[in-house]
Formats: sequence, C-alpha cells, structure tokens
Amino acid sequence: MRDPHLLALTVNDSEYEVVVEPRRTLADVLRHDLLLTGTHVGCEHGVCGACTVLLDEAPVRACLVFAVQAEGSSVRTVESLADHGELSDLQQAFSDHHGLQCGFCTPGFLMLAEGVLAEQPDASREEIREGLSANLCRCTGYQTIVDAVHATACARRESAS
Amino acid sequence: MTTTDLPGIPPEVDPDQPEPDEPREHGGRPAGEPRFDGRRGRWVGASIPRHEDPRLLTGCGRFIDDIALSGMLHAGFVRATVAHAAITELDLAATREVHGVVAAYDAADLALGDIVAVLDRPAEEFTPTAMPILARGKVRFVGEPLALVVARDPYAVEDGIEAARVSYDALDAVVSEETALAPGAPAVHDEAPDNVLLDVSMFDTPGVDEAFADAALTVDVTTRSGRQNALPLETRGVVASWDARDDQLLVQTCSQVPHQVRTMLARSLGIAERTVRVTVPDMGGGFGQKCVVGREEIAVAAAAQRLDRPVKWIEDRREALTAGFLAREQRYRTRAAFDADGRITALDVDVVCDMGAYSCYPFTAGIEPLMASAEMPSVYRVPAYRVRGRAITSNKAPTAPYRGVSRPQYVMAIERVMERAARELGLDPVEVRRRNVITEFPYTGVNGVTYDPGTYLESLDLAEATIRDEGWYEAREAGDRHLGIGFCCFSERTGYGSEAFAKRKMTVVPGFDLSEIRMDTTGSVVVTSGTMNHGQSHETTFAQIVADRLGLDVARVKLRQGDTERIAYGWGTFASRSVTIGGSAVALASERLGELLCRIAAHLLETRPDNVALDGDGGVVQLDDPARRLPFEDIADVAHLRSHLLPKDVEPALTATASFDVPGDGTFSNASHAVVVEVDPGTGEIRILRYVCVEDCGVVINPKVVDGQCRGGIAQGIAGALFEEVTYDGHGEPSAASFIDYLVPTATEIPDVSIQHLETPCAFTANGAKGAGEGGTIGAPAAVLNAVNDALRHTGVELDTTPIHPSTVLAALEGEL
Amino acid sequence: MKPAAFTYHRAHDVTDAVGLLSDLAAAGEDPKLIAGGQSLMPMMNFRLARPSALVDLGPLRRLPSMTALDADAGTLTVGALVTHHAVETATLPDGFAVLARAMRWVGHLPIRSRGTVAGSLVHGDATAEWCLLALLLDAVVVTEGPSGRREIPADELFHGFYATAVEPDEVVVEVRFTRPAPHAALSEFARRHGDFAIVDAAVALDVSGDRVAGGRVVLGGVAPAPVRVPEAEAVLAAGGAPGPELFAAVADAAAAAIDPPDDPQVTSAYRRRLTRTLVADACAQAAGGPR
Repeated sequence: MRDPHLLALTVNDSEYEVVVEPRRTLADVLRHDLLLTGTHVGCEHGVCGACTVLLDEAPVRACLVFAVQAEGSSVRTVESLADHGELSDLQQAFSDHHGLQCGFCTPGFLMLAEGVLAEQPDASREEIREGLSANLCRCTGYQTIVDAVHATACARRESAS
Repeated sequence: MTTTDLPGIPPEVDPDQPEPDEPREHGGRPAGEPRFDGRRGRWVGASIPRHEDPRLLTGCGRFIDDIALSGMLHAGFVRATVAHAAITELDLAATREVHGVVAAYDAADLALGDIVAVLDRPAEEFTPTAMPILARGKVRFVGEPLALVVARDPYAVEDGIEAARVSYDALDAVVSEETALAPGAPAVHDEAPDNVLLDVSMFDTPGVDEAFADAALTVDVTTRSGRQNALPLETRGVVASWDARDDQLLVQTCSQVPHQVRTMLARSLGIAERTVRVTVPDMGGGFGQKCVVGREEIAVAAAAQRLDRPVKWIEDRREALTAGFLAREQRYRTRAAFDADGRITALDVDVVCDMGAYSCYPFTAGIEPLMASAEMPSVYRVPAYRVRGRAITSNKAPTAPYRGVSRPQYVMAIERVMERAARELGLDPVEVRRRNVITEFPYTGVNGVTYDPGTYLESLDLAEATIRDEGWYEAREAGDRHLGIGFCCFSERTGYGSEAFAKRKMTVVPGFDLSEIRMDTTGSVVVTSGTMNHGQSHETTFAQIVADRLGLDVARVKLRQGDTERIAYGWGTFASRSVTIGGSAVALASERLGELLCRIAAHLLETRPDNVALDGDGGVVQLDDPARRLPFEDIADVAHLRSHLLPKDVEPALTATASFDVPGDGTFSNASHAVVVEVDPGTGEIRILRYVCVEDCGVVINPKVVDGQCRGGIAQGIAGALFEEVTYDGHGEPSAASFIDYLVPTATEIPDVSIQHLETPCAFTANGAKGAGEGGTIGAPAAVLNAVNDALRHTGVELDTTPIHPSTVLAALEGEL
Repeated sequence: MKPAAFTYHRAHDVTDAVGLLSDLAAAGEDPKLIAGGQSLMPMMNFRLARPSALVDLGPLRRLPSMTALDADAGTLTVGALVTHHAVETATLPDGFAVLARAMRWVGHLPIRSRGTVAGSLVHGDATAEWCLLALLLDAVVVTEGPSGRREIPADELFHGFYATAVEPDEVVVEVRFTRPAPHAALSEFARRHGDFAIVDAAVALDVSGDRVAGGRVVLGGVAPAPVRVPEAEAVLAAGGAPGPELFAAVADAAAAAIDPPDDPQVTSAYRRRLTRTLVADACAQAAGGPR
C-alpha cells in the first residue's frame, strides 16, 4: 500500500476509522471496507450516478471522491433511509409506483432524489425530471421514478402545511 | 369469496373478456397439451407490490460485486489494443513483479477448451468458429482478452495489467460489410476465408418474380441500424471458488443462463458437470448481454481452481463498452411488390448482420439472420417471399442477442416499406397497414409459421384513434411546427419452444423449463424455476401464479432461481420466455401439488377424492359439507410428521414437479405504437411529444410489471433510434469507451408513455400469458423513425438509418440531403 | 478503472499549498492540485491523468475567502473553492445574474455540488460554461505561486486544448469578474441534458436606451479554446434595435467567422449551423426574451 492514510469518517451516524490508500475512492471504501454494499458502482467516471451518496448533505458521486478527501465528513447512504426495516416514504413510493426493476440504480436514485428534494422541496414534476436526469436507469424508462419522487414531494408538502 | 373464485372450479364467463375456453385450434399443436382454461383467481391480474422491492430499496440486495469471500483475490484482463493482429510477444514477467499481483496467466498457462457454438447445417450454410478463452496467436478485436491478472485488490490488478508487454504485427481490419465482403478481404477466421459465418436462403416461395413483374408499385428500401450495447447498468462479473469439501467449483456469476454456463464451463475445463455449481445473485439487468457464456467467466473459474482461492472479476465500464457483447448492427435491403390497392404481393429481402469477431454460445452467429429470415413477413399477409440472410464476422466486439433479437430491425424494415408504399400510392400509412395486416387467426404465413390469435388490427386502430382524438393530426397540419406522426404495428413470438428452436437447426436447443414445488409443515411454499430473474419481477409474478393455483396467500410463496443444484436443468431468461414457459411449468407444478393436497385431504376427511377442492384460502374443503375443511398446515403436518396417516399410495412430503415446453410454432404477443415528434429547425433535435403503446401479451399477470416492461423496452428502443451507437474507425478502434461517448438517454430524453392493454389469452400456455419482455424495444425504433420521416415529409427526404442524428435532420430541413 | 497510485497531501492554507507543490516538484514528483475533483477524477480513473502526488485544497474550505462570493463596485469576486451550486443558488446583482442562470447547464446537481468555478477554469475545456463566462465578463484569475501573486486576465488565460496560463506551481485564490452585464445569456446544445455542449454561446448586450450599442459574443466548441468573435461583436457595436433581425445578423456573422473542427461524430458544418442558432437564441434571451 503506497502512502497509507488513517481515515476517520462518519457514515449514517456511525463513526468509522479505516486505513486506506489515497487512490481508493469513497465508493470502494463504503462498499468494500465498511461493507455498506447498498451503494452501487456503475461507471466509475461520474455519469451513471449509481454511486450517489449524500456527503455533508449534498448529493455527490462517490466514484468521484477519493475517500481521503472525505476525512471528517458525514456520509449518508441508502442504508440510512429505512427505519428498522420500515421503508421511508420515498422508498415506499418507489415500490408503489414500480419505480424499480432490477434495482441496481435504485440506491443512487433514492439518494439523488433526497438531495434534489432537500434542494427544491417545491419542485414540479418537470423540475424533478430534470433533477433526476443526473442518473441512469436502464429498466424503467424513468417515468415511474419521476412519479415516485413527485408523489413523495407532494406528500411531504402536504404534511408540512 | 364466491365459488367462481375458487381455484379448481371453472368461473362464470366474464362478458368483458374474450372466451379463452373456446378451443382455438392451432396448427401443429399436439392434442393433449396443457391449455389455458380461462381460470382467473385472486392474485393474477392484480398489481400487487413486488416481493423484490424491500431488499432492493434498502440496499440489502446482493449483487455480484457485493459478494466477498474470505481470502478472495481479484482478477482483470490484459486486453488487445489493436483490432486485428498477430501477437508477436506477450510478456507477463513485469506484471508478476507488480506489488500485490499474485498470478498472471496467458492462454498457454490455462490451456482451456475453446467455446464453439454450432448449428446443424451444411458447410455451405454455416461455418463454426472457435472463441478461445484467452487469445492465442492473434487478436480479433480491440478489447479481446489476452491474459488474466490476479492480485490482492482491484487497484493492483490494474497496475499489473499496465505492466504487461504485448507486441503485435498488425493486419488490416475488417470493419464493415463492405470491407468484410470485398474480394481479397483479410479473413478474421481462417475457417471462414470469406468472412461469412452463415449464409442461408430460408425461403424462395413460388411467385416472387411474377409478383414483381405484375406489381403496380415496387418499393426498395435499405435500412440500417447501428451497433448498440444492451447496457445492463450492472456490468458482468463473477466470483469463483473451489470448495474442496463439496469437490466442486462454485461459480457465482451474473448470468441469465446459469445452466448453460455450467455446461460450457465443465466442457472448457474438461471436468464433470457435477463438479461445477453455478449460482446467480441479484442481477442488475441483462437484456440479452448476459444470456451467452462469457470467456471471462471461464478464465476466472480456472484461476480460482488453480490458485485454490476465491477469485472475483468485475467488468469495468470501459470493458463493458468495448469488450462486452454488443448487438444490433444490421442492414436490410427490402424489395416489396404492391398491387394498386396497396396490398403487398411479394417480399424479397437480403439481410446482413455484422456479428463481430466471434460466434456466441449457445446461440451461434446465426441467431440474428435466422430470426430475421423466419419472421420478416411480420404481421402482414405476404403471398410470396424470398429471403437471404447472412452473418458476417468482423474485427469488432462480438455480439449477443439483445432484447428483440433482429425484430427491431426487420420490423423497422417492413414498417418503412409500408410508409414508403403509402407515400407512393398517396394513401394514409395506417390504411396501408390495415389492408395488409393479418385479421383471421390462426393464420399460417408464407414462412410456414402459424400465428395464434392476436389483436393486430385492433391495436393499430386504437393507437391511431388515440392520436387522432388528442388532436395531433390537426396540430401537425397547422404547419407552424415541424411535427410528425409515426406508427409501428408488429408481433413478437414469445413462446419459443424446443420445436421452434429446432427449426433453426440449433444443436443446443432451448425450449422447456422445469419447476419443483415444495410445501413445508407451516403451509408455506418454495417453488423453483429454471428461468432467471434480472429485473422482470419473477419473484412476484410467479408467486401470483402459484398462489392462485393453490389458493393461498401470495406472501406464503417464495421463488428460488439461479442455483444449478436446485433444479436439474433450465434455459434461463431470454426471448420473453419466462412467464410463458417458466410460468407454465410453475403453474403445472402447483396444480399437481394441489391435487396431492386434495388426495391427502380426502383421505383424512374420509370422503371421495372428487368431493374435495382447494378452497382458495389456504385449505381443502369438502364440497358437500363446506364446514369440513382442512387447512394446508394440517395436511402438511401429516405429510411430513405423521406420514403413517397418509394414504397407502401417497409418498411422504409435499412436492411436485412439472415441465413445460411450448408446442408447435409458439405464441405471439403483439402491439402497435404511435409516436408524435417535433424536430427543431435550429438544431435538428428530435423531441418526442407523445408516445402511445397498445399492447396484447395475453393474460396480464401483474399490470404494473407489464407496464414497466413496456416502458423500459420503449426507452431502449428510443435509445437505439436516436442516441446510442458504437462506431468503429478504419482501424477497428471503437468510438465509445465511456458514457461521455455512448449516449444512454436520461429522464429528460425519454418521454412518458401511455399504455393500453388488450388481452387475447394464449390458448396453450398454462396461464394464458404471452411474453412481455421485448415488445417495447421492438416497436420503438420503427415508430420513431417513421415519425421523424413524417416531420420531414415536405423535404422529400426519407431517412432509413438509426440512430438518427440531429445533424442529419438539420441537413434534411435545409435541403442539403 | 482504478487510478494509478499517488501520494496525498492536505494543504491547510494557500501558502502551504504553494509550498507543497514546490517541494513535491523539487523531489521529482509530478504534483497536481485537487479541489472538487469532478474533472480530474474521471481522467484519473481512466488513468488518462496520473499525477504522482495530489495536493488537496479541501481543508481550505474553512477559510472564508475561499468560499466567498462578494459583489462590490462592479466586480464579483469568487473564492477559489466556490462551487457551481453555490453560484447557482446565490443572490447576485443584476450584472452577474447570468452566472447563476448559466449554472443549469453545468452537469447535474451532484457535479455542481462538488465542482468548483476555479477548477473548471483551470481545466480549460473549450465548451465549459465557466470558460465562456470568463471571457464574457472579463474575468481575472488571481493566482499565488512561488514568485508571488499574479493576475491573469481571461483573454490571456486559454492557451488551447485543455491548456491554460495557470502554471503547475500556482494556486488559484480567487476569480474576479469585472464586467457586469445585466443583458447577458448563455445558450447551448448537447445531445443529452447535462452533457458537455457540442457548441455553446454566451452573449452580453450593451443596451443604451432602447437600442443595442455593443456587446460580447463568446463561443465554445468551435475552436480548441473558447473564443470571442470580433466579427459578431462588430455587428453589435454598429448598433440597432434589439430583435430578430439584428440577432440574425450577429448570428450569421459569428457563423461566418469561425472555422470549427470537423470530426466523425460532429461535422464542421453542423457546428457552424448550431452556432447560428445558439448565438441568435442567446441574443434573444439576453435582450429579455424567453428564458
């Protein structure tokens, strides 16, 4: 291992310390060192978005962040969404609207959607579509993903008012 | 619950449904085969939540790269950087010195048997070629694997790959139909000096030349489709490990066809098939790319065996784009004769499919031209038909059968013919289709294929009416925007049984599927299938079928797939076969288990076997005294824990097995698509404003799942029509090695799609279902291409090539074409 | 697609970063700065870029000047670690509002959340929105290097294909935009939303009363680096009423002036045609037409 670094990281409110090579991506550290395999890797060049996580609350591509750059940061992954097995509103909406088929892109879309909705809680269906165009899905044709996120946005607005 | 809901009791006829009970005699269908009896239960037809969802939504799915075994090593491949060359040096010494590298192997080190896919055809029709597991002597495409590097982590693997020294003596590359078929062209394979792997003239029926001589109109259309990547978002991958205790190689892989991987692995490694177990975890899509055996799977398994350590290989995206199986590159010259009324009188077709460097196992390089030749007349009454189909080899990545398999291409060809004829005859293109479409079933075509009942005309009428009622024709005529309306009407053979595949003269003949069902002492059920879910929701839809057949809650049914130890053999998931064939096997196994439960229950209730029935609520009821009822748990308790109480001629435990194979020519799903596009006169951009799909896949097991298959298929069809292509330059260098260059459409490029269902139950699958997996992909390219041509109608330009580039549209609009 | 090995060094302030770059270079290393990494990391994952050492500017985010967006007397100062997303969501004075509006063209939210303005400028992609905007609004890139502070005006910044005047031993500390343009817009065309543009056009109109009296026209994707088009600007300088006629003349002049690259995927003729469309569109938007 060239130039090993001791890395401290908070993931889903748990604190981790891990020794990594600087070239190791955040995606690989989450998946293979912390065994949080819910975050998927689809292209390793920042286009497909399957590895999207929240880094200090902002959606980022975990394949475009070296883990060492996340020192001291807080990361949120798909594993944080459900509460003791009970699906979150967004996860439930994905199931209700058949927003997933093979499920490989799904964790990335869930974390992207959380990022988009945090940013634009009042987003229209078309704004949501534009926000979700950050990630690739090969199964659904996107319509039901947009439906699921839009339904979640509407329900959250409803319950906030 | 009313009696009509009870499984085992025929329901009253639903006036809104076609009458599936009516026997529809079908050419070539052997008597006594299972047939759909029209029963509908509580679960089939309902959009129940998917069983797969909770784990996939919470990050608890288990995909291939999620598997980590103790002591696991990682593998990668040294790949060819030139398309066609003799290998003059392959030196792995420096690779072996790289920190973290454990081993490096070339072809000679591993000495594995080649992959050879064969058709039972004479030499003038088919030339078998060998695909070595690692290249030997020469390389045939950029990305071909030359050597395997095994290291402690994937980073070190790539360091090792970089350190390999390879020298080549370059040969001219074959990169197109023209360069492949030119006299004196370099040969990709010595076995095929003319670069033709298959050349079959499947039909030349009487009257073709006469029809052209007498034709009021002859159209001659050359259509081309670009080379695409099926592009499952999860790339291929494998984890192989040797289990000394089981004396078995465990190969966990990302495959739509686990049993075929096992068969080929055993042959290549020269070991008994028993000593290979193939399992498949959750799979992130496949779309055909994973329905062939990959050489990487075999090389990695061999390394694991040699090193006695688990070895994992995960294909990266650059490999997936350049060295994974590609698809679709085809050229059709279609000549069609029409009479003055716009009725087609003959079809004469020449098909050339560029299969790339190798023939795939088990389907062979013949699959695409043979599919096209057999099915080309499509949904139309064609009296005379001539076709020649060729598969050529080139120095491009090899191909695998991608969702639709030639059907997107031949449908595009014949649908362009219909539009061209309409234009020439001054008729409405939908009207020309109406005059030609098959309306009476069963219909035996000029291709010898018998088409079971479908809604070809009805779907077309409905699609057109939807567009008309929404005012799109008026909008188009208003003329202030460049709008175009396009249609596509097609069918798709979804139940390919062994008889239909055998007609293609395959030596490895897919077709049947098996199922075993078990009920445990709590009355829960585990059912197996040789099909292989990778997004199609089998765990849900198969459970719905089982739950209805047994009359128990769907939550009590668990499907198990993807383990060669759990089912004797299977053909996996491709060709929209799963619900028709696998779903029928599952239905029949369930029915047999139901019969067994009833027999035991009758014995325990001390009544006649014909005096009991499944009660639809997890038990067996005595018909003449409904108060007397045995829940499944009680029957299962006897069958397992108190077997001395069983009838003498009933074996202990509650298991049943069944197989299913589609007889004769199989079944056809059908659909019509209607598309409205707008082209931008400033950029040539094509925007889809409206997409309507009217589809008929027989009995719909789960409407949301079928809708999802349609929408996802249409998205991939649009991708092929407008965005995705891998081109190769004159040296055989591919244009796309990243998602920057390979344009997978996103949510802003794919429109919402409205879907309407018609339902013509299949008479000879056990559940009335036809397949739904591929239709969307088949119809979209033709519909979109026709719509774009309609938008360009005032220019006189007709485009016949996909993907359609905005620059081409702009050139057409500006009179430069 | 795993990067080659490198050593990793955290900079704690600008002086530290400059020192690390010099020391590493002196030790025979090939160091490179990383901020958001959204351009660098894909290239490293493909091993198309393989610095032997990375100096991370991330810790400098705690320095207020590095993430500040300050508007003052006709100048907007953007700290070197300001992200695209920070600009997108900032309330900017009218003269710089085009910057926020243009951010929707920069990749997607996850890229904008991490990528930086300065990083994009130093990367020097010929179609990068920030490169066009720098020329449009007379940006000055302020760097700190071993020989001190240096100011590089935008018209001296771009040296061609992914090449800029920022030296390998220099650290960008801020970017100042010095030419406010209340009537400005950026328009672009890509095959997919969020892709790198095939061609993009940025226009600023100098409006005097109800007439256009001058302005800027900047293009990306038509040359190895982003370019101003004096021929098109001359049409604006000649003046006229804002409207389709004037804008078409500007667009035609721009299209005629350029000699765009020809490649198998995109022809020169098509880039020229896009230029005409996009310049006219950017003019119309800049004049207050539909956004």
